[in-house]
Amino acid sequence: MRMDRSGEQALNEFDAHAIEAALRVVEAAGEGEVVLVSLGPPKALESLRRGLAMGASRILLVSDDSAAGSDLVATSHVLAEALRGVEPDLVLFGQQASDSDGAVLGAAVADRLRLPVVSQVAELIVEEGTVRGRRQTEHGYDTIEASLPAVVAVSDAINEPRYPSLKGIMGAKSKPQEIVGLGDVGADPVHSGEQGSKTVVLEIVGAPPRAESRRIEGGAEIADEILAFLEEAKVL
Amino acid sequence: VKTLVFLEHHEGRLLPGPLGVLTRAVQLGGQTEAVVTGSGVQELARTAGRHGAEVVHVADDPRLNAPLPQPRVDVLAGLVTRGGFDNVLFAQSVLAADIAAGLAARLEAGLNWDVVGLAEREGQLVAKRAALADSIHLEVGWKGTPRLALVRAGTFTPVETGGGDSAVEPVAVEVEDFSTRAILVEQSLAEQTGPSIEDAEVIVAGGRGLGAPEGFELAEALARALGGAVAATRAVVDAGWYPYSTQVGQTGKTVSPKLYIALGISGAIQHKVGMQGSGMIVSINKDGNAPIFEYSDLCVIGDLHEIVPKLTELVNARDNGA
Repeated sequence: MRMDRSGEQALNEFDAHAIEAALRVVEAAGEGEVVLVSLGPPKALESLRRGLAMGASRILLVSDDSAAGSDLVATSHVLAEALRGVEPDLVLFGQQASDSDGAVLGAAVADRLRLPVVSQVAELIVEEGTVRGRRQTEHGYDTIEASLPAVVAVSDAINEPRYPSLKGIMGAKSKPQEIVGLGDVGADPVHSGEQGSKTVVLEIVGAPPRAESRRIEGGAEIADEILAFLEEAKVL
Repeated sequence: VKTLVFLEHHEGRLLPGPLGVLTRAVQLGGQTEAVVTGSGVQELARTAGRHGAEVVHVADDPRLNAPLPQPRVDVLAGLVTRGGFDNVLFAQSVLAADIAAGLAARLEAGLNWDVVGLAEREGQLVAKRAALADSIHLEVGWKGTPRLALVRAGTFTPVETGGGDSAVEPVAVEVEDFSTRAILVEQSLAEQTGPSIEDAEVIVAGGRGLGAPEGFELAEALARALGGAVAATRAVVDAGWYPYSTQVGQTGKTVSPKLYIALGISGAIQHKVGMQGSGMIVSINKDGNAPIFEYSDLCVIGDLHEIVPKLTELVNARDNGA
């Protein structure tokens, strides 16, 4: 079995949950490896090494000047091409790339690879060629089953990522850490980077500031003051 | 300009989030149409006319019964291409995010999400997008069409236009093989009394400071008195105190009620992202240095277990006396 996860430039907490989930699947199966697949600048290796220290087997980092500035469509193109070469049984994504790719990258990559996708997964079981995920939704929980290979985006509620052991940290240095270009994974420069991106940032505008606040302190007796404040503000 | 709005529904009603997006799309002008997907949704779809949809495309098929994204990507990809839509708008949800992302990849189309504003400028659609944990807003646009957007819950309020039911156009449902390989095997819906946190004008939210799962009884009583809904932080949802469907924050829902009362919530950035658009924020916390006080209108430093029951009593007395 082969396990995978993909992400963006740096290892954020959401990705740590995905790596932990991947490690647990491999451990439960008693076979396989966890490959860390990412798109980003060469310095992204540093943060990805934490995943190796946690127990992943190797890194495949796509790093190319022509991939800079990739938005969702472009990023999903590059990652899908990179993943084709890895031939994973299961592709795991973190819930949210830190403030960039939102919860959307997994579904975009799944569409490109023509694989089933299960998102927002808070519990994950993989057995006999099937993945079963418990998806958190606005309305409750859905249990969804898909045949492997499949793409799963995990929620941060799925687990507590392990801390790398000293042995893990020492061992990480000698694990394979491959940096490849767009051409190496078969990605098309026309569909990558700024050229392949279909969204643009026009302007940065500040968020509106809040009005000055009031502070009060005390016990049950200040409930009167709170009520008066709400009435004055006409929110009741 | 032709705009298509994806209308999500749950338990036989169209959700307010997408109807708000539809309202905004109608205001922006051009030809505004909607799409409803599901099984047995013909009658439901018609009601979108009341919010200004000129035509509602209905994909009605047993394969669309479960709320799964991939068969819907297939349906929408065909509809958007055949219909020549310039804009395809969604209200952000777990389901809609997956559909929009799959559609973006399928059509090589730009997708902007966390959208908190939509405007038209010189014939171009421009969106406002919250970024960097909401510390800034970006103005974003698209290269080429279709332009896809996921709009945050609560951004636009649905407004009925006074129109009647809309014309319904059936959509042929053709589903890719891989789109049917994920199947729904079980669904457990959270129990809901009173308004949902997306619809509520008043939200009472609880965090770790409630002390125990039972502490939510305080929040529930105050919410009942105010006619509001109860929300929770990620910390207490992760701890199993309250269901995920009520989670507010970066990994939960974004809400913007008129009044948000935070009980025992420290207010980490990931929570702030989900509620800072609220009209009025009142926070009750023992710790005078809690970060939530930095963005509250009324900061109450004290023991919520003493203050909240009294406040609930006062609100109830006020309503009975009025």
